[in-house]
Amino acid sequence: MKKALFLSIAAGTVLTFTACGDNGDTNNTETDNNAAETDNNAAETNNNEAGNEDGEEAAQPAEDQTLIYARGGDSVSLDYASVTDGESSRVTQQIYESLLSFDEDSFEIGPGLAEDWEVEDDGLRYVFQLREGVTFHDGTEFNAEAVKLNFERWADPDHEYHFADEGYAYSVYGTQFGGFEGDDGHVIEEINVLDDHEVEFVLNETLGSFIQNMGMSYFAMTSPAAFEEYGSAINENPVGTGPFQFVSWSKDDSIVLEKYEDYWQEDLPKLDQVIFQVIPDNSARLTSLRSGEIDIMDGLNPDDIDALEGEEGIQMFERATNNIGYLGFNEDKEPFDDPEVRRALNHAIDKEGLISLLYAGMAEPAKNLIPPDYLGYNDDIDPYEYDPELAEQMLDDAGHAGLEIDLWTMPVARPYMPDPERAAEVMQANFADIGVTANIVSMEWATYLEQTEAGEHDLFMLGWSGVNGDPDYFFGNLLHSDAIPGGNRNFYRSDEVDSLLDQAKTSIDEDERVELYEEAQEIIHEDAPMIPLVHSIPVLAGSENVQNYVPHPQTSEPLTEVEISE
Amino acid sequence: MEPTSPSKNSPFPGPEHQEPQTSVPAAASPWKEAFRQLVKNKLAIVGMIIIGFFILIAIFAPLLTTYTYQSMSAADRLQPPSSTHWFGTDDLGRDIFTRIVYGARISLMVGFFAVIGALVFGSLLGIIAGYFGRWIDMIISRIFDIMLAFPSILLAIAIVAILGPSLQNALIAIAIINIPIFGRLVRSKVISIREEEYILAAKAQGMKSGRILFHHVLPNSTAPIIVQATLGFGTAILEAAALGFLGLGAQPPTPEWGRMLSDSRQYIQSAPWTVLFPGLSIMLVVLGFNMIGDGLRDALDPKMKS
Amino acid sequence: MLAYTIRRLLMLVPVLIGMSLITFSIIHLIPGNPAQTILGEQATPQAIAQLEEQLGLNEPYLIQYFDYVGGLLQGDLGQSLRTNADISREIWPFLAATIELTIFAMVFAVIVGVNAGIVSAWKQNSLFDYTAMLIALIGVSMPIFWLGLMQQWIFAQELGWLPAFGRSNPRDPVETVTNFYLIDTLLSGRPDQFWNSFRHLVLPGLALGTIPMAIIARMTRSSMLEVLRSDYIRTVEAKGIHQMTVVYRHGFKNAVIPVLTVVGLQTGTLLGGAILTETIFSWPGIGRYVFDAIGNRDYPVIQSGILVIATMFVFINLIVDLLYSYIDPRIKY
Repeated sequence: MKKALFLSIAAGTVLTFTACGDNGDTNNTETDNNAAETDNNAAETNNNEAGNEDGEEAAQPAEDQTLIYARGGDSVSLDYASVTDGESSRVTQQIYESLLSFDEDSFEIGPGLAEDWEVEDDGLRYVFQLREGVTFHDGTEFNAEAVKLNFERWADPDHEYHFADEGYAYSVYGTQFGGFEGDDGHVIEEINVLDDHEVEFVLNETLGSFIQNMGMSYFAMTSPAAFEEYGSAINENPVGTGPFQFVSWSKDDSIVLEKYEDYWQEDLPKLDQVIFQVIPDNSARLTSLRSGEIDIMDGLNPDDIDALEGEEGIQMFERATNNIGYLGFNEDKEPFDDPEVRRALNHAIDKEGLISLLYAGMAEPAKNLIPPDYLGYNDDIDPYEYDPELAEQMLDDAGHAGLEIDLWTMPVARPYMPDPERAAEVMQANFADIGVTANIVSMEWATYLEQTEAGEHDLFMLGWSGVNGDPDYFFGNLLHSDAIPGGNRNFYRSDEVDSLLDQAKTSIDEDERVELYEEAQEIIHEDAPMIPLVHSIPVLAGSENVQNYVPHPQTSEPLTEVEISE
Repeated sequence: MEPTSPSKNSPFPGPEHQEPQTSVPAAASPWKEAFRQLVKNKLAIVGMIIIGFFILIAIFAPLLTTYTYQSMSAADRLQPPSSTHWFGTDDLGRDIFTRIVYGARISLMVGFFAVIGALVFGSLLGIIAGYFGRWIDMIISRIFDIMLAFPSILLAIAIVAILGPSLQNALIAIAIINIPIFGRLVRSKVISIREEEYILAAKAQGMKSGRILFHHVLPNSTAPIIVQATLGFGTAILEAAALGFLGLGAQPPTPEWGRMLSDSRQYIQSAPWTVLFPGLSIMLVVLGFNMIGDGLRDALDPKMKS
Repeated sequence: MLAYTIRRLLMLVPVLIGMSLITFSIIHLIPGNPAQTILGEQATPQAIAQLEEQLGLNEPYLIQYFDYVGGLLQGDLGQSLRTNADISREIWPFLAATIELTIFAMVFAVIVGVNAGIVSAWKQNSLFDYTAMLIALIGVSMPIFWLGLMQQWIFAQELGWLPAFGRSNPRDPVETVTNFYLIDTLLSGRPDQFWNSFRHLVLPGLALGTIPMAIIARMTRSSMLEVLRSDYIRTVEAKGIHQMTVVYRHGFKNAVIPVLTVVGLQTGTLLGGAILTETIFSWPGIGRYVFDAIGNRDYPVIQSGILVIATMFVFINLIVDLLYSYIDPRIKY
């Protein structure tokens, strides 16, 4: 594990001045827990108290440890593996845990329900030592059988808890492990229970992201007894090992969770109750925060940041970026088969202008496909500077001055692109500056996806969001020639890049993967199959009384350490 | 949107007093008399002034402003009303006055074409149903019943969900949901006229159905249609704004008033002018049409005079 | 009366069949492959194939329609694509929220509208009459989503008098039994929560009730004017009965039918129009349920939500029509 490679977005991203939890403190706690199960818990508690006393203002815990977390939309399902939306995992991360877990503010992997793990046979065999004394919320014990059952449930379409007939589909499992049982690319050959708290995964092919996958909230552990009891209604009756247990769900309104008293980490969680409240409207959400009706709100409108800055009782949090919005070329069409034309157009787009108009500054200009805190991000890439004159000159030299193009824009807002139509208009103006006429083309979303996959377009806008912090999820899906037809709507074909990506995907040596990805990014930058536009940065706001809240790039995070002060 | 008059009928043929109480006065030159009544009605005059004003600004929009409705400027975001930006600017730094003025074109156009569409198709179906009766009437009336069984805005939403959100599709949806309203009105008029002596006489003389329809039946149904159409303009504009507000109507950068409202609602606290002016514009135009419609109804229907 | 009721119920059959045809068609009329539409850009071909299978998109239309209607007759409204939950089970809390809001809005509209209408007619051409009718005229011209936004801004955000969103205080969730919060809070013996839920109803209720209020006021006034001018009232007045009593007791009795018509029509329309109010006030009602489903391309929910609202609308109108013949047996059909 190379920590240095993960740009740590720590407490420094908290925009305002508040007695936000001492970061070192929380790290210590985690280390204590990881180190040994038998570690003296009293010491841990002391450690926390000491931390608080050291703080400038000793934040006293409030009487009422209820946290209201307001968000724009409801969860789809509380069966995390069968859905992909962020609002579902926001809740299931509180109820469920995975074998491994990510660091609080990065994709750095660490122990979770498994205390330790070994990689054997050159990455073809993984053995996990499970934590002992962990119980599910229904009181049953967490053990190796539970791990086996959960994984087989996703992998095996004939498994009694696969629930295919009820409409359950485990798309993330399919993408991350190369398909399902019986598929050619499916990498998990078998899962063996070695003893009660030791489980072994045998792969038929190495997979570079295997360990990262184990930290994903999509692969958390559900109680086998709960499957038996609830069957396919498991999506409304979640039973996990996490810090909070499920109480009630009133759709499109609120989900109530309460502290799990027998949680395996002593003295955690600190909150007694967590309520996820749906308030679709941004301004109503902010009003509720100001009036104290809620404690944390997601999706702060960037325009409100100025007003909130310095406002009494409010703090803001930035989430590290985990996506890319891009403008892609269709290399199967002239003149976009000419790299010089693609490079010229790269110089034409004013990313900073785009960010100030459409993201109110809450985005980073992109130069690579993957977000900056990703493994293998090549920061040495020299971005194509915004330079209309150079762009016009280069286009002229390539013999395509006064080019007329179709600029395809998607009809729906996406996390990486809050207002695609407006973004297209801004870029249309950029192109006009270099004498290129861009006609904006928009159509129904499904048709858009189908037609771009079929290569009907010239230039198109699209984006991608990360799920496990692994670069292959971006590169493999968007720029590998195997993804034609599919996610590679640029029709970018480079044997060199393909082979680098293949090696990186199966390699389990992180240093090697970093080198391979860095090299691939250089070639990609030179070939310019797309104009990387932005990595958007989500902003949250919360009451000053919320302590130890650290946003994770994954769009949500466990609230285990969070506490309300007076 | 909610109907602005109770003439949107229940899905069923209800008791007679649901029908708009309109009929052509029997006196000689009824139209002249009606016009005399109308200009005496102060509210109707105010309504005509309001609508006339909006028509003028819609026509002369480019002369009234030095900005374009889509030009953005990061430096001018969310400016309050001032001498340079009369109604302030929105979150993309666009001049709201300019967008309102151009938006008048959109709203009036949607109202006009949606009502004309509904009027033409509704009248046609209503005449056919009323004149030919029997199974044709049966089928057309049932279709009207089914369409009216859906709350109008919901039906419009369903239609747009199918066609995809755009201004044009919103216009089509609004026209469709208004067809049965005109259809029923015309049908009931045709039925009452059909049995009148002069029609029976025309038939006896061997006049063709089409001729009878267009020369006798239609002209005698105009009064209630005019009243309903005038009120319908207001309803259609409200419906278009509602669809725009829900993101199912005009798409950016089109300066549609309803869409402007929903795009700006998150700035209501920090920049209330972004929400205030589009809403006021919608209300004024609809108010204008309702005032004229009320006046027309009073003028064309002696029974309602008070 | 019974024969009429039966006849009216039979007339509902073609209407209901037509409605089911329309809602059934929704999924087939959208352009593009519905499965791709629903799943979006990160979907695998397998997932698309699986969804097509689940939605039965590979069957002939006729078979799909009969499956659909067969399900409806057994109370099966299908499954939400998003949540995989049975819509028939999921829909109730939303429906209850909307019904509660609608009834509240309607009670407000009737009380204010009828009284304003009666007084306006009684004091015809007075200052009160002019003011009330001008307000009513503005009321029917009001975009309710704008009115709602303005109310929210002034009374919730600026003045802080009333809550800006939702049905209850998130810190103190209501224990649900019927999902009508005003009833549930009383059942659980929590007058404080009752008061709180009531406060949450005020802003959306007023916004939603404004247009029907204006229409009712106008209708009541005009029908009252007719009644007041009738010989019958003049006779009663001549007998020297106190004017106010006359107006209210005798006048309103005769004006009730047109008012009932408006009430019936508007209640039905409110069910659909609530979509706007619910969007503004984050009210977890059926309008938002359907609207969110449009955003999520959850077509079974769109279909069933629209069907449920339309069915309620149809039955409310049926009840109103039956009430006519009960209140006024002179009406012949």
